[in-house]
Amino acid sequence: MNNRSGSRPKLAVWKFASCDGCQLTLLDCEDELLEVAGRVEIAHFLEASSARVAGPFDLSLVEGSITTAHDADRIRKVRAESKSLVTIGACATAGGIQALRNFTDVDEFLSVVYATPSFLSTLGTSTPISDHVPVDFELRGCPIDKRQLLEVIGAFLAGRKPNVRDHCVCVECKQRGNPCVLVAHGTPCLGPVTHAGCGGLCPAFNRGCYGCFGPMESPNVESLIGALTEVGMPAEDVDRVFHTFNAWSEPFRTAGRREERP
Amino acid sequence: MTHKAKPSRTLTTEELARVEGEGAMRVEIHEGTVGRVELNIYEPPRFFEGFLRGRRYSEPPDITARICGICPVAYQMSACRAIEDALGLEVNGQLRELRRLLYCAEWIESHILHIHFLHLPDFFGLDSAIDLAGINRPAVERALALKKIGNELLELIGGRAIHPINVQVGGFYKVPTRRELLAFRPKLEHARDMAAEVVELVGGLDFPELEVDHEMVALRHPTEYAILDGRIISDGGLDITDQEYPEHFVEEHVEHSTALHSRIRARGTYLVGPLARFRLNFDRLTTVAADAAGAVGLTADCSNPFRSIVVRAVETLDVIEVGLAIVDAYDEPDRPYLEATIGGGTGHGATEAPRGLLYHRYKLSDDGVITDAVITPPTSQNQAAIEDDLTRYVQANIGLDDEELRKGAEVTIRNHDPCISCATHFLDLTVVRT
Repeated sequence: MNNRSGSRPKLAVWKFASCDGCQLTLLDCEDELLEVAGRVEIAHFLEASSARVAGPFDLSLVEGSITTAHDADRIRKVRAESKSLVTIGACATAGGIQALRNFTDVDEFLSVVYATPSFLSTLGTSTPISDHVPVDFELRGCPIDKRQLLEVIGAFLAGRKPNVRDHCVCVECKQRGNPCVLVAHGTPCLGPVTHAGCGGLCPAFNRGCYGCFGPMESPNVESLIGALTEVGMPAEDVDRVFHTFNAWSEPFRTAGRREERP
Repeated sequence: MTHKAKPSRTLTTEELARVEGEGAMRVEIHEGTVGRVELNIYEPPRFFEGFLRGRRYSEPPDITARICGICPVAYQMSACRAIEDALGLEVNGQLRELRRLLYCAEWIESHILHIHFLHLPDFFGLDSAIDLAGINRPAVERALALKKIGNELLELIGGRAIHPINVQVGGFYKVPTRRELLAFRPKLEHARDMAAEVVELVGGLDFPELEVDHEMVALRHPTEYAILDGRIISDGGLDITDQEYPEHFVEEHVEHSTALHSRIRARGTYLVGPLARFRLNFDRLTTVAADAAGAVGLTADCSNPFRSIVVRAVETLDVIEVGLAIVDAYDEPDRPYLEATIGGGTGHGATEAPRGLLYHRYKLSDDGVITDAVITPPTSQNQAAIEDDLTRYVQANIGLDDEELRKGAEVTIRNHDPCISCATHFLDLTVVRT
C-alpha cells in the first residue's frame, strides 16, 4: 500500500484447463488479500479483475494443465513474459484429473460427452506446465493450501526460496495429533507417500488420505501398496486410488497400473 | 435473421487467440438489427463424464467436486443424491440437515464472491473489487468478512472450503458436535447483520431496463426454499421428479461452444438460477429475507436479469437465517453416514447450485461400478437464455458506441454468473456492424 505506484512488482495469474479452485484460493485469503493487492500490481488476473496490464511480469502464477495446441502456445508466451513462473495446483503441476485421458484414447471420451466431436479441437493428453516450459517452483495440491500460497508469493517477491517442506502427510498427522487411520483402523491411506500441505486433513475426519497433493519426494509406493493390500484393499481399488487428481505424476502414474509395474 | 456479412468460421479462431481459454461472445449487427449472437465457451473440455465410467459408486463426490472450485459442494450434493437414488438410500434427519448447512455455507461463499468480486465492480465502472476498495473499502472488507464466515462453515462441516473432503455417499465421514456448531452461532449472527447491509447496498444500485420472458425452472420443496432437493417445477407448467428430468430436457452440442446447450423438449429455452428460484419460491423465504427484499422493492415477479445481484443478496441473507435454525435444532446423529447396499440401477439427482439447477445421472452395474454418467451444469442450461438476453440488450441499446455496448453486454452475461469451469470473469465481445 505504501509502495510508490509503478514500482510494485507485477503479479499475473493465468488459467489453463482447471476448475479455478487454485486461483480462488488467493481470493480466499480474506485476511491478507487487500494487503497483498497493496504490495503488488495485479497486472493480469481474470477471475478477479478485467484490467489487463501488459507484461513483462515479475511473478506469474499458473493454474491448469495443457490440453490444447493453443494452450501449448500460450504457456510459451506466458513464460517468455515472466521473470518467475510458479505453477499452482495439481493440474498445472501434474496434469490434473483431466490427465486420466492420457491412459486411454481421447476419442472415446469425446464421443461419450459430445454428440459432434468434430466441433472440438483437443490434444490427446493433459500435461503439466513443466512438460512445456521451465518452471521456477511447483506448488502442489488439489486445491493448493492458502498458507503455502502466501509463503510462495512472499518468497518470490522477496527473492528467496519458498519454505515449503517436502515431507509426507504422515508428519502433519503426527503434528496434528491424528491417530494413524491405517494402523489404528485398517483404513487405506496414501499419507505415507503423499506430499504434505493439507495439514493431515482427511485422517482428522476419520478417512484415509486420497493423495490430492500428489507424491512426496522419493516415496516408497511399492511398500505402501503392500500395506494397502494387507488391510484388504482390492487390487483394482489400489489402481484407482492412485489414479485420481495426480494420476500423471510419477510414481502414481505406474502405481495406478499394476500391469505396468515391474 | 439476415447475414449480409459473410458468416465466417475463421473469426471464431481469431477470437480463440484473444480469449485465453475462457469464454467469448460474438454479436453481429446488420443495418441496426442484431443478427447472430453467440456465447462461446472455449474452456478446454475435461471429459468428466467420460472418465467417471469405470469408477466405483463411492468416487463421484470427490471427483465431480473438481469440476468447479467455486461450487464443489453443489457437485458433491447432486452426485450423492443421484447415487443414493440408484442404490435406494434415503438420507434424512440430521444428516440431511447437515448437508443443507454445508450447502448454505457454499451459497454464502459463492454469492458473496459473485456479488462483490465478479459483478459489483461493473456497476461502478471499475475493473475489480480491489479497485472498489479504493472508493468503498468498508463494503469490500464486509464482503471479505462474510465470505470468510461462509468458508469457515464449509471447513467446519466439510473439512476444506475448496473441494471438501468430508462428504460421502450416505452422509459424512465425521459429523460435527453440537457444541462445535453452537460455538459457530455468533459468527452466523454477525453474518446475518452484514448480509442485511449487502441487500441494502445492492438494492440501491441503478439497473438498466431489461425484461425477459424465459420459462423459469427451479426446485420446489414443500416447506423450504429448495436447495438440496424438491420437485423440478417451472412457471410454464413443469412439475416433475428428478427421475423424469431426461424425459423433459434435452442437451445439444452446438459448434460454437464446448458446453452443451440444454432445452426443454416441448418448449425450448429456459432459465435456471436466482431469478427462477426467487420467482418460484418467494413464499418459502424466511421472514427476514422476504422483508429485506420488500424493503428494496424486489418482488417475486422480477424479470430483470440485472436485478439478480439483489436476489443473490437476499438469498445470502436467507441461507444464513436457515443456517441459524439448523444449528439451533442440531442433534448429533448416531452415525455419520448410512451404509449403502451395493447394487445396480440408474439414479438421478438435482440440487440448486448457487447459479442454478445442477442435474446428475449415473448408471451403476451390479457391483457398484459406474457405466454411464450425465452431468448437466447450470451454465449449459442457461446458455441459450444468456444469448437471448444479449440479443435483447444489444438491440435495446444499439445506439451506444461499441465500447459502451461491450461493457453492457458483459454485465448482461455476468448477471447469470456463468460457470465456465467455473467463473469466467472476462468475456471478450466482438461486434460486427454492417
